[in-house]
Parts: sequence; C-alpha cells; structure tokens
Amino acid sequence: MAVSGLIMIGYLLAHMYGNLKVFAGQQAFDDYAHHLRTIGEPILPYGGALWVIRIVLLVAIIAHIYSAVVLWRRDRHARGGTSRYDSPKARRGVQRSYASFTLRWGGIVIVLFVIYHLLHLTWHVVTPGGPASSPYQRVVNGFEVWWLVAVYTISLLAIGLHLRHGVWSALTTLGAHTSAAARRRLNILAYVVAIAITVGFLLVPFSILFGVVN
Amino acid sequence: MNITVRVWRQAGPDEPGKMVSYDVPDVDEHMSFLEMLDVLNERLTTRGEDPIAFDSDCREGICGTCGVVINGVAHGPQQTTTCQLHMRSFSDGDVLDIEPWRADPFPVLKDLVVDRSAFDRIIASGGFISAPTGSAPDAHAAPVAKADADHAFDAATCIGCGACVAACPTGSAMLFTAAKVTHLGLLPQGQPERKARVVEMVATHDEEGFGGCTNIGECAAVCPKGIPLETISRLNRDLLGALIRPHT
Repeated sequence: MAVSGLIMIGYLLAHMYGNLKVFAGQQAFDDYAHHLRTIGEPILPYGGALWVIRIVLLVAIIAHIYSAVVLWRRDRHARGGTSRYDSPKARRGVQRSYASFTLRWGGIVIVLFVIYHLLHLTWHVVTPGGPASSPYQRVVNGFEVWWLVAVYTISLLAIGLHLRHGVWSALTTLGAHTSAAARRRLNILAYVVAIAITVGFLLVPFSILFGVVN
Repeated sequence: MNITVRVWRQAGPDEPGKMVSYDVPDVDEHMSFLEMLDVLNERLTTRGEDPIAFDSDCREGICGTCGVVINGVAHGPQQTTTCQLHMRSFSDGDVLDIEPWRADPFPVLKDLVVDRSAFDRIIASGGFISAPTGSAPDAHAAPVAKADADHAFDAATCIGCGACVAACPTGSAMLFTAAKVTHLGLLPQGQPERKARVVEMVATHDEEGFGGCTNIGECAAVCPKGIPLETISRLNRDLLGALIRPHT
C-alpha cells in the first residue's frame, strides 16, 4: 500500500506541474503535451517514456487496489463484523481524523473518477464542451461546463482526504514515524501534500470556468 | 448518584448475546467502576439472578486483566485501566453502555469476559530473549544509553490488556506486538534474536486473525500505559530491515 501509494503521489505531483502549463498559454501547453511523447527519443520510440510511466502506474494501481481488498477482507473479519459495538456513543472514535474514515469510499470515488478522466482527456470518448484537436482546447472546452468542474472538484476533495491520511500512513508504515516530533512533521507533510495536490489540480478548472484562462 | 447500565449478557461462547439494562441506585462517586459492578452483582445475586461475569485481578492498574468497552471507548473516558476508573468520571442519571472487547481473535467466553490467549501465542512466538541462566550479570556489564532505556521501559509497561485491539477500527494488535518488539529490540540482550523475533511475532499476529494496522492511532489514545504510537513505526522499521536483509 505504502510503496504503490507513494509512486502514485510522485506521478500526481508531475501531472499537476504539467497542468499548470495551461497558465503559460496554448502554445506552451500543447508543446508540453507533445513533448511528453518525444521524451527519451531517439533511445525510446515515440511515446515510449509515456508507456513506461503508464505501465509503472498500472502496476502501482493494481498493487494498491489488491492490497486494499485483501486488508479490507481481513480487517472486517478481525474486528468482529460490521456492527461491532452496540453503543451508539463514540462512533467517531477518540481522536481519529475525518480523512481516515474516507479512505475506502473515497478510494472508490477516485477509481470511478480516474476512469471518467481517462475517457475524457486521454481517450476522448466523452467530450463535454465539444471535441478539439489541440490538447489545450480540449481542456478549455471541458472546464467551461459547470457540472464537469463540479465532478472534478468532488473527486479532488476525495483525493485530498485520501492523501491526508495516506501520506502519513505510508511514511509511518515505512518506519519514518520515530518520535512525537516526527509524528507532527509527518502530519504537517501530509497536509501540505494533500492541499498542494488538491488546490494545484483545481486551479486549472476553476480558472477556465471563471474565464481567467480561455 | 443513580445510574443505569446497559450490559452485554451472553451465557456462553456459542450462545447469542444481548444488551440488558439494570438500574444501579446509590452509587458512591468514589467507587471504582469495578466496585460499582461488584455492588450490582451482589444485588443480582441476592435477587437470584446470574451475576455479570467480568475479568479483574490486581485492581491497581498493573496486571492487565480487567477491561471493558464503556460508552464505545475501551476502558472508558479516562486513559487508564477500567479498575482505575472511578464513578466520579460520570454524572448522576447517566446511562453507561458496557460491552466486552470485540475482535475475532478475542472470542467472548461469558458476558464481558473474552479469551485473550491469542496474545500469549504472539509472545510465545518471539517475545522473549534466549539467555543462559545463572546468577544475574553485573548491572554495568552491558551499558544501555539512557534514551534507549527510557524508550524500552515505556514499551515494557504494556500489560497486555487488549484495549488497543478493542479500539482499533481494523482489529489490529500492532501496538501490543510492537511494544514487545520495541522493548527487546532497544536493549543489548534483545539483539541476537531481533530480526527473527519481529518476523515471527508479526506472522503469528496475522495467523491469529488480527487485522492490519492503518495508522489511525485509536490504540495509543486508549492505552492505559500510554504506549506511544511511534512504537508501531519502530516495528515496521525492524520488519523491513529483517525482510530485506534477514541474515546480517
């Protein structure tokens, strides 16, 4: 869970950096999108680097989901069924974060979102706002549609909550949580990563929706 | 003060159980929680009813025998053992829900008593040091750094009550397992078996049917001995090291 999660976080940070090229204008963004396919040439074929990234990501996603399902089945059994305590009090635990409740349902929301996102901006099967040949134009056409911005916002909030607990939990699982001071640092880091990724990704759709980028 | 308790009553391991309400009038606020249950049990016995079964032994917070979930929280509202919880933590007219630890590896034997022998099997799989017997070594024969001694001692205070499992949303016993791994792993006497210990203890933990740790922290928040959450990360570090380089 930890290693595959961290791989995906690395990808998200790179993806977010690329998205922000929208603010540099259509030419810069389209050049960037094209450059992603020519990285590593001539050692790699056209689109080769992208395929390497896709395969690594796919392995990480499969490993992450597989681990989650195995752990979920084990945990459900271990804690003695779904209705564990009869008492309606302290249902939210003693100190646990809201984010820690959202991991499983949030994870499913994220999977559905990723499928839609691929259909939209990778495979162009769905084209809200109208199709276009330029990647920049496709992005702008899409995010001028309010409900698409709403869908992306909900999904990114799910990702943000997932990362708030996930970053902390992954680093703890790998042994970085060595003291109370380290716990504070890891929790701050988790907040910073979660907020940076959520806000960084949402900047583009909202800028387009409100006409800052067109 | 007058209180009402809703207690899990279950006649035997395979019998169905249910919550049963009892009024407990005239409770002294200086009574411990278990003394309140003693008083209730005396009244139940006098009435010819079956008293509520619960575990307790030292009643001074050091043996780890007692422990029930009170109002959904393991050991109740104070971070201490159930025997060290006093009725002054509650108010007149309160309704208290009292349930046994819930986890698949802790089957209910009767009412509030659960079988915690899974913990013994985790300890038996590596929670010890194999040392030659004989007279005690000189105290200064194996120097221990003060910080290590303190951390080892913090971990060694685990009394194995099982509150960590009862509180864990995934029914994991990682805090318990990690406490012993940390206690022995920080001391010179624990080094020869350090890698085998963590691998074996975690394997037994999983075989017993405990869940996986998701670093939520409910365990450390209810631990009557205040075993810190970073103990688990120390176990993870040892485990990773043992899996990557098992023989060095």
